[in-house]
Amino acid sequence: MSTMAPEETGAPLPHDHAHDHHDIGFVRKYIFSTDHKIIGIQFLITTMLMLMVGGALALGVRWQLAFPYESMPIIGRLLFAAEGGIISPEFYTMLFTMHATVMIFLVIIPVLAGAFGNFLIPLQIGADDMAFPTLNMLSYWFMWPAIFCFGISFLAGGGGPAAGWTSYPVLAAIKEAAPGSGAAQTWWLYAVTFVGVSSMMGSVNYMTTIINMRAPGMTLFRMPLTIWAMFITAILQAFALPVLTAAGFMQLSDREFGTSFFVPSGLVVNNADPTVGGGQPLLWQHLFWFYSHPAVYIMLLPAMGMVSDMLSCVSRKPIFGYKPMVYSMAAIAGLGFIVWGHHMFTSGMNPALGMTFMVSTIMIALPSAIKTFNWIGTLWGGQLQFNAVLLNCVGFVSMFIVGGLSGIFMAAVPVDIYFHDTYFIVAHFHYVLFGATLFGVFGAIQFWFPKMFGRLMNDTVAKWHFFLTFIGFNITFFPMHMLGIAGMPRRYADPYLHPYLEHLLPMNQLMTMGALLMGFAQFLLLGNFLMSMFYGKKCSRNPWGANGLEWTAPSPPGHGNFDVPPICYRGPYDYSSPEAEATGEDFILQTTPPPEMPEEPDSEDESASQ
Amino acid sequence: MKKFWCLFFIFWPIVAIIIFWISPGMNWWFPGESYSPLGAQIDDLFYLILWIVAVVFVGTQIGLGYVLWKGATSKQDDKAWYSHGSHSLEVMWTIVPAGILLFIALYQMDVWAQYRIKANFPENTLTAPIAELTARQFEWRVRYPHPDRKFKSEADVKKWLRQPHPDDLHTVNDLRVPSGKPVLIYLRTEDVQHSFFVPKLRVKQDAVPGLVIPVWFEVQNRAGENEEPELKGSSYEFLCAELCGWGHYKMKARLVAQPEKEFKTYIDELQADQNEDGVSSDDEQE
Repeated sequence: MSTMAPEETGAPLPHDHAHDHHDIGFVRKYIFSTDHKIIGIQFLITTMLMLMVGGALALGVRWQLAFPYESMPIIGRLLFAAEGGIISPEFYTMLFTMHATVMIFLVIIPVLAGAFGNFLIPLQIGADDMAFPTLNMLSYWFMWPAIFCFGISFLAGGGGPAAGWTSYPVLAAIKEAAPGSGAAQTWWLYAVTFVGVSSMMGSVNYMTTIINMRAPGMTLFRMPLTIWAMFITAILQAFALPVLTAAGFMQLSDREFGTSFFVPSGLVVNNADPTVGGGQPLLWQHLFWFYSHPAVYIMLLPAMGMVSDMLSCVSRKPIFGYKPMVYSMAAIAGLGFIVWGHHMFTSGMNPALGMTFMVSTIMIALPSAIKTFNWIGTLWGGQLQFNAVLLNCVGFVSMFIVGGLSGIFMAAVPVDIYFHDTYFIVAHFHYVLFGATLFGVFGAIQFWFPKMFGRLMNDTVAKWHFFLTFIGFNITFFPMHMLGIAGMPRRYADPYLHPYLEHLLPMNQLMTMGALLMGFAQFLLLGNFLMSMFYGKKCSRNPWGANGLEWTAPSPPGHGNFDVPPICYRGPYDYSSPEAEATGEDFILQTTPPPEMPEEPDSEDESASQ
Repeated sequence: MKKFWCLFFIFWPIVAIIIFWISPGMNWWFPGESYSPLGAQIDDLFYLILWIVAVVFVGTQIGLGYVLWKGATSKQDDKAWYSHGSHSLEVMWTIVPAGILLFIALYQMDVWAQYRIKANFPENTLTAPIAELTARQFEWRVRYPHPDRKFKSEADVKKWLRQPHPDDLHTVNDLRVPSGKPVLIYLRTEDVQHSFFVPKLRVKQDAVPGLVIPVWFEVQNRAGENEEPELKGSSYEFLCAELCGWGHYKMKARLVAQPEKEFKTYIDELQADQNEDGVSSDDEQE
């Protein structure tokens, strides 16, 4: 039986044992907590802080591209006084390396799986906690060694790792290859291992919890799409991550123990002794992208799921095509495992592989398209609530369209010959990872904040935050398409050295203005978050009139989540259904029994879930 | 306020379209038309995808704007449409995009095969390489075979690639090729990974440690805007497209395409210049 729940009688109700926990003390309750909600909130706050760090690194990159080798006001004097406040090319390579690293490993992956995965999974499936609460706590606390190691890597000499977040050997594998390839790179590899361990503990936990701990009646096809997305993401992570961890250890051993997994013989790097070799750098690229391409979907699918939930709620109508949504997420995940080679079209791997990877890559646009059409279909004919949640979700859809479509250019191998490693790809992944995922996250923060803290966030401030971020975002990233078409390569400390790129300087300056606007707009989010935590309007259990199980729990839910173990009688999207109308509302909670039914869940549904 | 947000979401795709429309005129576009036949085909494929994508972009954004507008103008007591979706719509918007995407994918194969699959390389290019191009931090080194050296087979070329020969000719950051015919270079790296990128010819290939990768391209005879009379040919900048360290941005070099005759003169001059110190190439021929 896959749906387990506490007995209705006999065993103490979660509600009851909540009373036992009044005396667990501050440290156990808020710091080393095993409560999934606290862990989720810990992840959320940590990732928001890291978002500011990653954003600051990005602004450094933007400063250099807009005002190359000009003294950075104020901050420049503090950080690199020796160079007169000027960003050196060495420092620039570190900036974009660490920007990507922080944003990917410390912001996007943990905010989706760590923060929202933790907070929402037990609540939405009607469980009292995760399957392995201690493992869950460890998954959060393994983030800190990672953050520590990334931090040390800044100080370890050479100004921080500077081989790109992809850490391609031989640049990353040989210590003499670059100033940042010394101890800094070693610390970087340790840190990636720690985030990997953290993610893996989360992913095992999510899978187990979703499979085993659903409330009675919560069949697979009654699960909210958020849960489907988290489930699929957890599977992706569990299968892909070990490959990255192994590759990381191989690179470590190349660096520290003199093995040659990735280093061929006879290279003379920066006047060091010739390498002994026997390895092949393409092996790293294959291993790295075998994880890091699925990781792109790890960074997107949960946001897709949450946006589906939110769009349905703010449109007051069922999600359009629930099952196609589930199947297309599964298709994205499945195809996601066989497209990694599209990062390597110009790498010199067998060109026949280029063709197969092109076909799979272009075909992955199909499930993405289906999802987009279904989101638009969900809004179609809805009673739209124009709040900040809707705006962020529509922002997500609108930006995802751009990011999805620009991907087709690079999926087409011949066209990618030109676009590979130009700013076109930078535009593409920022539209997906920021334009889509982060707007989804902003919406989700707004939407589930009341459940976290029992108070509402200020809608007006949130709308301003969306407005400014959206404008700043598009000013920053849309022109990157043009830069890419004009042939501006990525990762150039000074592109204007090349005459054919000189005229792009004014455009880059405009983009930097947009980035500053976007950066400052995030203080609205932080301010709104902190103020609302203490002074926000108090709210009831179900401020949005939503259907999910989480809205039957108190806001915020106590230890054990639910007053009584919930029983699920229907799908999560029955907004404006005739049954709901009968109750005089436009929503109907998943726990509301059908009028003619007794309290027992439908036994047919239960067998269907196995 | 609802209508404001609708207009907000309708406004920005219009701006996006306008920016794309004016970009070629504003010089925010390709760095000139491609002077290589294969590059021109790549451009054509780009425009094909651009048109398909533009139609989809406009269609979906209009759809999104329309449903938002309808939602914004509906009356407060209107009820949302209770619908779980439409099977026929799902089938339609699965099959139609699938067909279009499959078409895009299959349509690309040919150019890729010409560019990268060895069997499709222009005849005799593999055994008549113009030069070996070696990337290193942070410059490009060019090694031409002696003008009299003839390669009998690919194995012969490999032998030449394996070690430098005393009669080879060397330059740095200056690669000359004859124009008007397919030319092939062998690309390699001495240290970390680099990438050979000639924006104006739409050529890009990574130089991978441990691999020697043949790259062919053709520069058309008409020089047009790239003509440089003092070089007796047309000049194209090439640079590094794969992060190779702090000096990645400054691996700037030039590729000069000259008519066959001028190219031969250049190589002969180079040979006279570099082999004048007593190392006679004629005696050392193997």
